[in-house]
Amino acid sequence: MTLDRLKPVLLLGPLVLFLGLAYFVPFLGVMQWSVTLPEPGIGQYGKAISDPLIHSVFLRTFRICLIVTVASVVCAYAITYVWVRGTPLQRLLTELCILIPFWISVLTRAFGWVALLSNRGLLNTWMQSLGIISEPLTMVRNEFGVVLGMTHFLIPFAVFPIASAMRSLDERVFLAARGMGASQMRTFWTIFVPITLPGILGAGLMVFVFALGFFITPAILGGGRSVMIAELIYLRIFQSPDWGLGAAVSVLLMVFVGVLLALLVRFVRPNRMLG
Amino acid sequence: MMKPSPIAVVLAFAVAVFLLLPLIAVIPVSFTPARFLSMPTGIWSLRHYQALIDNPAWLQATGLSIRIGILSSGIATLLALMFSLGIWMFRPWFSGLLFGFVLLPMVAPPVVSAITLYFFLIGLSKINSIVAYDTWIGVAIAHAVMIAPFAVVMVTVSLSQVDRRIDLAARGFGASVGQRVFKVILPTIRFGVLTAFFLSFVLSWEEIGVTLFITSIDAVTLPRMMWMGLRDNIDPAIAAISVILIVVVISAVLIKTAIAQREKM
Repeated sequence: MTLDRLKPVLLLGPLVLFLGLAYFVPFLGVMQWSVTLPEPGIGQYGKAISDPLIHSVFLRTFRICLIVTVASVVCAYAITYVWVRGTPLQRLLTELCILIPFWISVLTRAFGWVALLSNRGLLNTWMQSLGIISEPLTMVRNEFGVVLGMTHFLIPFAVFPIASAMRSLDERVFLAARGMGASQMRTFWTIFVPITLPGILGAGLMVFVFALGFFITPAILGGGRSVMIAELIYLRIFQSPDWGLGAAVSVLLMVFVGVLLALLVRFVRPNRMLG
Repeated sequence: MMKPSPIAVVLAFAVAVFLLLPLIAVIPVSFTPARFLSMPTGIWSLRHYQALIDNPAWLQATGLSIRIGILSSGIATLLALMFSLGIWMFRPWFSGLLFGFVLLPMVAPPVVSAITLYFFLIGLSKINSIVAYDTWIGVAIAHAVMIAPFAVVMVTVSLSQVDRRIDLAARGFGASVGQRVFKVILPTIRFGVLTAFFLSFVLSWEEIGVTLFITSIDAVTLPRMMWMGLRDNIDPAIAAISVILIVVVISAVLIKTAIAQREKM
């Protein structure tokens, strides 16, 4: 091989080799765990699919992810609409409200909800001192807290695909609609929303995929009571050492996410979303 | 141009409040005089900020996070830069496949990456004690794996804005690959590379999902330390550190926005 043929390899090789050794091969190892621990065979997959406890965790995860996806896409749509099409001042303020939470870590944001909603937190203290309630309301350490925290985390991520869909529009379509006498409401629902539908679907799929693997927010705001798949894997690895099952659930999760991502690439074309 | 109606503005405002509310709620809680998480009633106290200074563990955790952040983002940015340059200059026919491969840690669920890197590091622990489970270099390597895809995306985006004709001209005049990289391409994308480094650092600094799987008592990063204070009895010192982190982020975003606004004018 001549030196010229070698140059691309020297540039491309290191990262590919690094990720191959530190990520790809270990992932194969995790797959191996899933069929060899505690004994060889596909028993762990059978257990992962049939065990009622794991079943309920899967179902809960899908339910929470679905609620969170709808909630965060709707919220993101509302704020993005003003961010993209509002007055300069509205744009500036919404942009700050999107970017500031985006850059704050998942831990701090989950903790913010604890500070806001826990029994001695801001909301309960205020409502009690105002006499609205006599006993503190339980708003964290349950599914409600998990849904709020996850929605809060995912809104900024849903904003970007929606914003790019809202930016690449032909303004003349709206002028035509208004010119023919459609009200603003009608223009919005029958033209604006359908045109931006690819962005909505892209945001939804992306948020759903993100939400599936969530771990930190449910662990803090769910308080061990509403365990989701990711936390289940953590518990199987570190608390009731059952590595085979943890690995099997991981592989199943990975396969499922892979299918969803394939759909995302096929139908929404992510290169358009990034733009 | 269709302007948002008053209803749309009100809805967007509600979402904005929702986004900011938990960040604001942390502030009063951090000044509570009590030893448990609560709102200050009457007296505001700085004791939890004092606790951050008095307990050396917080400073150690911060130092460790900075060290890990610099090493991991250095590795990730360098490897990502080489990779993206290779793709941009040589455009191999299988570049789509390569991209898919290097973006894997970014698209896989974090918990799957976490168990994978846990497997990787406990395997290495059997043959050495430097790049191993619960060591700072081990954590830095794991973080580099997680953030490298983001660095690749950032560098690739800034490369896509380079005018290929400049590089072609340099090549036409007989510049070697090294000269093209160091004299033509790098000076053009240096800002993008710096941004990639900065973003990688922030991602490593905040990383907790993977860190939780690969550390126990020695390599306690700042997020790991916060996690320990958040699990059972919530330590109000977490509120104090959160306020500091939030103030840093808000100042950074405000400065960046101010610069962007000035450039627009």
